[in-house]
Amino acid sequence: MYKYNDFDEAFVRSRNAQFRLQVERRVDGSLTEDEFKPLRLMNGLYLQLHAYMLRVAIPYGTLDSAKMRQLAYLADRWDKGYGHFTTRQNIQYNWPKLSDVPDMLDALADVEMHAIQTSGNTIRNVTADHFAGASADEIEDPRPIAELLRQWSTDHPEFQFLPRKFKIAVSGSPTDRAVTRAHDIGLRMVRNEAGEPGFEVIVGGGLGRTPMVGKVLREFLPKADLLPYCEAIVSVYNLLGRRDNKYKARIKITVHENGLDKIRELVDARFTQIRPEFSGVDQEHLAEIERHFAAPEFVSGPTAQYQTARDTNPAFRSWSDTNLSAHKNPDYAIVTISIKAHGQTPGDATSDQMRVMADLAEQYGHNELRISHEQNVILPHVHKKDLPAIYASLKEVGLATANIGLISDIIACPGMDYCALATARSIPVAQQIATRFDELKLEHDIGELKIKISGCINACGHHHVGHIGILGLDRAGVENYQITLGGDGTENAAIGERAGPGFAYDEIVPAIERLVLGYLDMRLDAEEPFLQTYKRLGAGPFKAVLYPEAIKKNAA
Amino acid sequence: MSQNFAPKIVTANHLVEGDVIYLTENGDWSRNHSDAEFITDEARAAIRLGFAEAQQERVVGAYLADAKLGPNGPAPIHFREDFRSRGPSNYQHGKQSEQTNV
Repeated sequence: MYKYNDFDEAFVRSRNAQFRLQVERRVDGSLTEDEFKPLRLMNGLYLQLHAYMLRVAIPYGTLDSAKMRQLAYLADRWDKGYGHFTTRQNIQYNWPKLSDVPDMLDALADVEMHAIQTSGNTIRNVTADHFAGASADEIEDPRPIAELLRQWSTDHPEFQFLPRKFKIAVSGSPTDRAVTRAHDIGLRMVRNEAGEPGFEVIVGGGLGRTPMVGKVLREFLPKADLLPYCEAIVSVYNLLGRRDNKYKARIKITVHENGLDKIRELVDARFTQIRPEFSGVDQEHLAEIERHFAAPEFVSGPTAQYQTARDTNPAFRSWSDTNLSAHKNPDYAIVTISIKAHGQTPGDATSDQMRVMADLAEQYGHNELRISHEQNVILPHVHKKDLPAIYASLKEVGLATANIGLISDIIACPGMDYCALATARSIPVAQQIATRFDELKLEHDIGELKIKISGCINACGHHHVGHIGILGLDRAGVENYQITLGGDGTENAAIGERAGPGFAYDEIVPAIERLVLGYLDMRLDAEEPFLQTYKRLGAGPFKAVLYPEAIKKNAA
Repeated sequence: MSQNFAPKIVTANHLVEGDVIYLTENGDWSRNHSDAEFITDEARAAIRLGFAEAQQERVVGAYLADAKLGPNGPAPIHFREDFRSRGPSNYQHGKQSEQTNV
C-alpha cells in the first residue's frame, strides 16, 4: 500500500484548505456559481438531481482497513449511512451538504485519500486490475505504475485543461480485467520475445455516445519508457483534440479522425523530443513506489478446513464456486464480495458492511481490500483455511451472495435516481432483473452472463461491453430501454450490437427474461456461456425471441 | 396568457443543501412542488426565472420546467421532474422522507 510522503500530505492538505475557502466564498456570495463550478468539479463535487454528490478516488481500487473504515465514517457522519462504489473504482456519496464537504475532504486526507481530479477535463482516477498483486495469471503488479501515473497526472500543469476528460487503466496481466480497451489509454502488461515485461499501449478506446474499441499504438513499450510515452500521448491529444464540439473532444475521436498512423507519428515525434528530459528520476521514484507494494508475507498451513466446509455446507460450496478466483499462492484465494445482493442497489454498501469488510481484511486478508469496476469489493489475499469464517461473517451482513459473474452481478450506473445527466433509471431495472432470476432459480444454470445497464448515452454502466447491454433513454417523455447484444469488456473487447426497438420500463425485464430463456434453449450445452452462443449463432435467433410479434408480422 | 405557452414552474437546487426547491408566488422557495408558482404567461416566466437566477447566494441552476395543475397545486409533467419532486426510487431518501419547508 502506498504511503504518502511529506509532499503528498502537504499537497492534499493545501488543496483542501483552498477548497474550504472557495466554499466559504461561494456561500457568502463572493463567487458566482459559474466561477465556483470548475473549482468544485476539480475536487470531485457534483450537483446532482436531489443533492450534491462527492466522488472520492480509490486509486487503482486499492484500500486498507483504515481507509475503508473512514469511508464508513464519512457515510455515517455526513451522508445517509452508505456509499456507492462506481465503475471507475471511486466511491460516491449522494447526499452531502456543500458546507460539510471541506470537512469530508479533511477526513479523507487523514487516511491519505482525496477527491482530486475525479471530475473535470483532466486525467481522472487511474484504474487497475482489481486482482493486482494477487492473481495467478499476472506478470507483475500494475499498481506501482498506476501510482506513478497518479502522481504524474495530479495537478500536471500541462494537463489541467484538456479538451475533455481522460481515463487511464492498467492491467498487469494479459487477461484484461480492467477494461483497458475502453479507456483513453489502456496499458496491458505483456512480455516481449526476450521475456521482458512491458506494456501493450492501447489508445482511443471509450464507450459513451460514440463507442470505440481502443487501438494498439505500441505492441510493446519497455516499462522505463512508460511515463514519457504517456506524456507524449496526452500532449499530442491536448493540442490535436477538438475543443469546438464537446461530443467530439475525446481522444477516441481524435484517433478516429486523424488515423492511428498519424497519431503514432506525432506521439513518436513528441516522445523522441521529451524522452531525454526524463533523466531517470521517474524510474528511481518508481523503484521507491514499488517498495510500498511488496507482496504480503504469505503464511503456509493446511487448507483442510476449506475442503471440509465445501463438503458439508452446500451454500458455502456454491459461494466458493462463484466468488473465489485463483491466487498466485496455491494456499490462498482471491475473494470477491458481492455488493449485488438480489434486489439491492448494485455497488451500494452500508457503513456497517464497510466496517465488516474492513475487519475481515484486517483479520484474514493482510489488511488489503480492492474495489472492482464491476462494483464489488475484493479481499485479494485470503488463506483458504479462513474462507469458512469469512463466509460466515459476510452472511451475517448480507454480503454472502453467490453470484459473481452471473446474471445478477449487474453493473448499473446511478441513472435518473441520482444523476443529473441521466435520461432514464438504471437501478430499479437492475434490482428487478436480479430479483426475477433469483425467483426463477435459474441463475446458476444460466452461468456466466454480464448484464450492464446505463441510464444515458454516456455509458457509465458500460452497457456497450455487456454480453447484454441495456441503455435507458427518454423517448418522448417516457423511459425507454434499448438492448445491445454481444459486447465484451475483456482483452477480446467488442461493442455490443443493438438488437432492435427499445422497450418500455415495464417491458424491459420480461424482454430480458425472454432473451435469457431463449439462450437456454439455444445453447449447445450447459458449458456454452451466453456470449459464446451469441457468437456461434449471431443476432438473428436472439432478436427472434426478443421480438416475437415482429416475426409473426413478417410471416403474415 | 399566450395560447401556445406550456405552463411552467421555476425550480433550482438549494445552494448549501443541494435539495430541489421551487419558486413560490411570493418570491420564497419551497421544497414542495405543489407550492410552486404556476406560470401560464411566457413573459412572466422570463421575469421569474431572472428573479431566481439573481439569487446566486441562495440557489443553483434555476430553470423553467413544464408543469400542470394537479389537485394540490402544480404537478410535474416529465418523469425527471417527478423524480426530482420525490427522491430516488431505490431508497426512501430525499423529499419522500422529509417533507419540510426551506
